[in-house]
Amino acid sequence: MRNVWIIAKRELSAYFSTPLAYVFIVIFLAGTGAVTFFIGDFFGRGQADLQSFFSFHPWLFLVLIPAIGMRLWAEERKTGTIELLMTLPVTTGEAVVGKFVAAWLFTGIALGLTFPIWISVNYLGDPDNGVIFASYVGSMLMAGALLALASCISALTRNQVIAFVIGAAASFLFLMSGLDLVLGLFRGWAPAYVLEMVASMSFLVHFQTISEGVLPIPAIIFFLSMITVCLFINAQIVELKKAS
Amino acid sequence: MSDLIEVESLSKRFGAIVAVDDVSFSVARGVVMGFLGPNGAGKSTTMRVITGYLPPTSGTARVLGHDIQKEPVEVKRRIGFLPEGAPLYGDMTVYSFLEFIAAIRQLHGPKRRQRILYSIERMGLEQVLYQRVETLSKGFKRRVGFAQAILHDPDVLILDEPTDGLDPNQKHHVRELIRELGKDKAIIISTHILEEVDAVCDRAVIIDRGRVVSNGTPAELHARSKFHNSVVLRVRTDAAPKAAKILRAITHVASVDTGAPQGGHVSLSVVPRDGRFIADEVGIAVRQNGIEVDEMHTESGKLDEVFRQMTVDREQILVARR
Repeated sequence: MRNVWIIAKRELSAYFSTPLAYVFIVIFLAGTGAVTFFIGDFFGRGQADLQSFFSFHPWLFLVLIPAIGMRLWAEERKTGTIELLMTLPVTTGEAVVGKFVAAWLFTGIALGLTFPIWISVNYLGDPDNGVIFASYVGSMLMAGALLALASCISALTRNQVIAFVIGAAASFLFLMSGLDLVLGLFRGWAPAYVLEMVASMSFLVHFQTISEGVLPIPAIIFFLSMITVCLFINAQIVELKKAS
Repeated sequence: MSDLIEVESLSKRFGAIVAVDDVSFSVARGVVMGFLGPNGAGKSTTMRVITGYLPPTSGTARVLGHDIQKEPVEVKRRIGFLPEGAPLYGDMTVYSFLEFIAAIRQLHGPKRRQRILYSIERMGLEQVLYQRVETLSKGFKRRVGFAQAILHDPDVLILDEPTDGLDPNQKHHVRELIRELGKDKAIIISTHILEEVDAVCDRAVIIDRGRVVSNGTPAELHARSKFHNSVVLRVRTDAAPKAAKILRAITHVASVDTGAPQGGHVSLSVVPRDGRFIADEVGIAVRQNGIEVDEMHTESGKLDEVFRQMTVDREQILVARR
């Protein structure tokens, strides 16, 4: 556990030592603001809730989360520091989790900085803060699952651009897997239970159930197990790829 | 348990390629072992296996009795490792990088501070402490890599080409450091600079295409050279043919090689049979025949020649096959 935290601290400071962190935070905040007020029509809806804010999170994450995750392992492999890291007295698991925690904390910081919109809606009306809290939790969990996926893909390549593009594509598939766009790929040839399984993997659906404010346990378990599985695969990939 | 590093029939295969083939050696405390071989001979791979970065395909290695496969973290804790090219986190400052290493090496409190200060002072990093690593020169980066490796005062140091890319002063400094650290540690350095073997190593292991082809002291290596104990004379160019004829007649002389003329002089290498000591005989012959000699010395042997002899140039083999 100690090592996880030491690695996470180093990674987190690495984000802030490059312009990436600031660029990301500014774009994320500007992006959430823009979609909430213009596309989501925050004022026009005349309702004291943050639905127009949260409903666009999956689409922002689609582009922004792979951008955070892409450097996690690709950069280590490109600069050769992976040889340094993996010969320090840490296990592969600790390194994988440490890096993931750093990226997740960073996302948490960006998400936390959207607090003015929460203050605004409370100033303007009387929203259900329980729902808002649940939505933040859901958003955080979804970001975590997408990050674990991005981290996993980052371990496959030493090229950050490739990691980003494949990460974004994979995120898109997981987000949309409940919709016809993705299900259509399987319909016709795959048995019904496969279809059902693919449909149940949809990040979008799980995120929506959480942000309805009832904090459904299955959705939380879904995201947490998604994180666990991705990080487990991530560690295997790191082990395998060291040799090449 | 005098051997801190024990490598036992270690092999590493990457698919069909055999990078390390049944390599065995051991290194005791107080010994600096030079690990030599042409590029791609398997030096780095062997080091990566010992440091626990790569798992061996077969065989094993032990560091202070801990098996690299059964207790990888215990092994890593006892090793200081400078990977090839000294990769570092470029986005960190030198000081924060050393702090990170100290934390992960479980150094706490005053001990942490003391070790960090020691490494900084040892490697002369005072003036760059708060610079980002990526802005440093190659020499400084290497020194940061070194500082990182000695930070926790490990019993075992593994240095992959520690002097590669350094200027002569820095090389000298690093060699001095290795010699000093080598007094109470077991050290493996890989290199393809042969003078380094004479300068710092107590033992030299040569590997070629993944196999150990020689394991001995530098003196033993020198003795393998055909120029071992040969006598080199510098004479005037016009006197050279006559002198060579006289020298060739001495018993135990295998051959006399004439070098390229330089400023009216030429050097003659008198090569003995079976590495015999022939300086006395050569001296007598020179005096008796009145050969004018500018300079005369005995060679201990040419390491680069021994190296070439043992690690046959692969390209030559390929050319020969065609």
